[in-house]
Amino acid sequence: MLILAIYVSIFVAAYVIYNTVAGGMRSRDGYNARKTVTFGDESAVTPNRAASIISVISIFLIWGAFTGSTLTPVHVPGPFIGDTSFTYTATNAQNQTADATVYVRVRPISDTFTKPELGKQTQTGFAKDDAMKVGAWRSGLLRAQNNDEGGKIKGYRVTAIDGQPIAPKQSVEVTDGVVNMTAKGSLSFVPYQGWQMEPIWLPAPEAVVRRLIEISRDGYQNVTLLENVGWSLFRVIMGFVLGSLVGIPLGYAMGLNNWFRGWFDPIVEFMRPIPPLALIPLIIIWFGIWEKGKISLLFLAALWIMTISARAGVSGVNITKVHAAYSLGASKFQLLTRVIIPNSLPEIFTGARVAMGVCWGTVVAAELVAAEKGAGKMIIAASKFQQTDIVIMGIILIGIIGYGIDILMRKAEDVLVPWKGKS
Amino acid sequence: MTETEQPFLHIDQVSMTFSLPNGASIEALKDVSLTLAEGELMSVLGPSGCGKTTLLNIIAGFLAPTSGQVVLNGNQVTGPGPERGMVFQQGALFEWMSVRKNVGFGPAMKGVSAAETRDIVDGLLETVGLHDFGEKAVYELSGGMQQRVALARCLANDPDVILMDEPLGALDALTREKMQGLVLKLWKETGKTIILITHSVEEALLLGERLLVMAPRPGRIHKEYRLPFADMGVDADLREVKKHTDYEPMREEILSMIWEMEEEIMGKKE
Ligand SMILES: Nc1ncnc2c1ncn2[C@@H]1O[C@H](COP(=O)(O)OP(=O)(O)O)[C@@H](O)[C@H]1O
Ligand SMILES: [Mg+2]
Repeated sequence: MLILAIYVSIFVAAYVIYNTVAGGMRSRDGYNARKTVTFGDESAVTPNRAASIISVISIFLIWGAFTGSTLTPVHVPGPFIGDTSFTYTATNAQNQTADATVYVRVRPISDTFTKPELGKQTQTGFAKDDAMKVGAWRSGLLRAQNNDEGGKIKGYRVTAIDGQPIAPKQSVEVTDGVVNMTAKGSLSFVPYQGWQMEPIWLPAPEAVVRRLIEISRDGYQNVTLLENVGWSLFRVIMGFVLGSLVGIPLGYAMGLNNWFRGWFDPIVEFMRPIPPLALIPLIIIWFGIWEKGKISLLFLAALWIMTISARAGVSGVNITKVHAAYSLGASKFQLLTRVIIPNSLPEIFTGARVAMGVCWGTVVAAELVAAEKGAGKMIIAASKFQQTDIVIMGIILIGIIGYGIDILMRKAEDVLVPWKGKS
Repeated sequence: MTETEQPFLHIDQVSMTFSLPNGASIEALKDVSLTLAEGELMSVLGPSGCGKTTLLNIIAGFLAPTSGQVVLNGNQVTGPGPERGMVFQQGALFEWMSVRKNVGFGPAMKGVSAAETRDIVDGLLETVGLHDFGEKAVYELSGGMQQRVALARCLANDPDVILMDEPLGALDALTREKMQGLVLKLWKETGKTIILITHSVEEALLLGERLLVMAPRPGRIHKEYRLPFADMGVDADLREVKKHTDYEPMREEILSMIWEMEEEIMGKKE
């Protein structure tokens, strides 16, 4: 909730600041700048690049601020780290009281550290000082009376912390945290946790970058990063190519022949709405969980998309083009190769982009279920060891690669079918 | 009729009835008979829905008439063929090919050698005024230029008859006038037999050595004219032709004829 509120306020603040700062500098020459009607004119709405940059930066800033990153200048308060202490007042069976101090050392759990030294003893009477160590974001349990004179005798109890009375199941706030008393009279110290996320929930950005460098150099669980990503890509490409090799001719046949259309229509229309992931159990039963199964799954994911786009490409051919080609003396085969196939290429490319996207998503999911190597396998393995930094690095990598695939496909489209949308 | 007397293009008692899914049927053409001699230029005019496109599609071989036949050079038409070239209103060029490839499509289908195709294409691009545009993509051209490509592509096949279905219908008035001149020029230079459908009375007058007026419901030939304007227009400015003393009265006559038909259709609908 707090994060959402901060995000919204950054959004609003950036908008206001940008408009006051950049308002004067904005060019007044462009055609769009001369338009008086822009609200509702779709062509007048272009993504504001400054907004995109601020958006990405602010996500990193928030991420950094809530993880205590060294890269961000401001942070929300972090957990208490350091040495602290509180006093307790014990009452013995004879209703006499005595005070002693508990010395606490709080460090990140990834550090190895010892209890603080007791140093000069300040206790009065029968209560004796104690020392304990607690990990940041954790709590530590201490039976303070254990080392006290007569502490094991029935009726001996802790009655106050830092002078404030306490009883079982109550708690008292001290300087750097909270002291709770358990039902049995032990003390549990919870150091101040602050607003920051614990690294096993969300590591700082630099930790993720460090992991990326480390893993691309040394690999993870004896598999290099390149191998992991390479295997995922290999499966996607295999599945996509096989799916296209079958799907495109099938789509053409469905677009050109009544019998094919009638035969495969029910199959295609039935298979199309089934998400590929729903097929995983069946695929595992049929083909096993390894390479054959995964490539079969991706094949099926790509197959229907490519079939449908090839079919649409054929059906979409303008009848006048077909008439023109026949009137120019084309044979059926020439019509297919010179007119119908090139005419369907834009549709096929659109389908290919969708298919690659679906395959990429499906491969990661399939690898989560079972794989020896792959981007999905890497993050699921890391999540079992609570290596959140690897999980996040993997997710970012998967996103970047998916985006990269889409950009590549679009570039290929621009080069190979420049006439798209221009007829 | 003996062999020698056989007409060049004979449209013989052609009728076409479309059955609609709701059980009704439309008589798009009824007993249309017509002959054309080689080298004639005929424009076809009529209110929309009178069966002009249907007639042209039957001649082209895209539709088989419910009765009657079309005979060209003694051969009955049974399907599309390269001896009957088509020029469509728009959207018939192949966007994935350059202008040159479009124009050379017909020869390439016939297996004409690349060098020969090149010569044919170069000559035609010159004729239609596109010699600098051979390597351009067709979607980069204006509508008028695209229709020039369509004309050149059709001529590259050296067809016996050229069938044009409102070839200039999508162009603006100025471009259209220029293109009308081009059509006349091509007609004279190549001596081709041309059937040109239009819904513009002016165009029908200027581009019709013969002018056929069709009437709807059922689609039929209403009246036929022989006109002098196409011959005049070959050498003169089309605007000069329009100043001819016979032109204006002719235009008035045909215009009111079409108007009457349109009114009749409206009346029938109500
Ligand atoms: N494929 C078809 N199915 C049913 N009716 C058609 C079909 N094609 C044309 N028609 C009908 O035939 C008549 C003539 O059409 P058309 O030849 O396109 O007329 P025009 O070209 O003169 O405008 C119209 O009434 C039209 O609705
Ligand atoms: Mg028509």
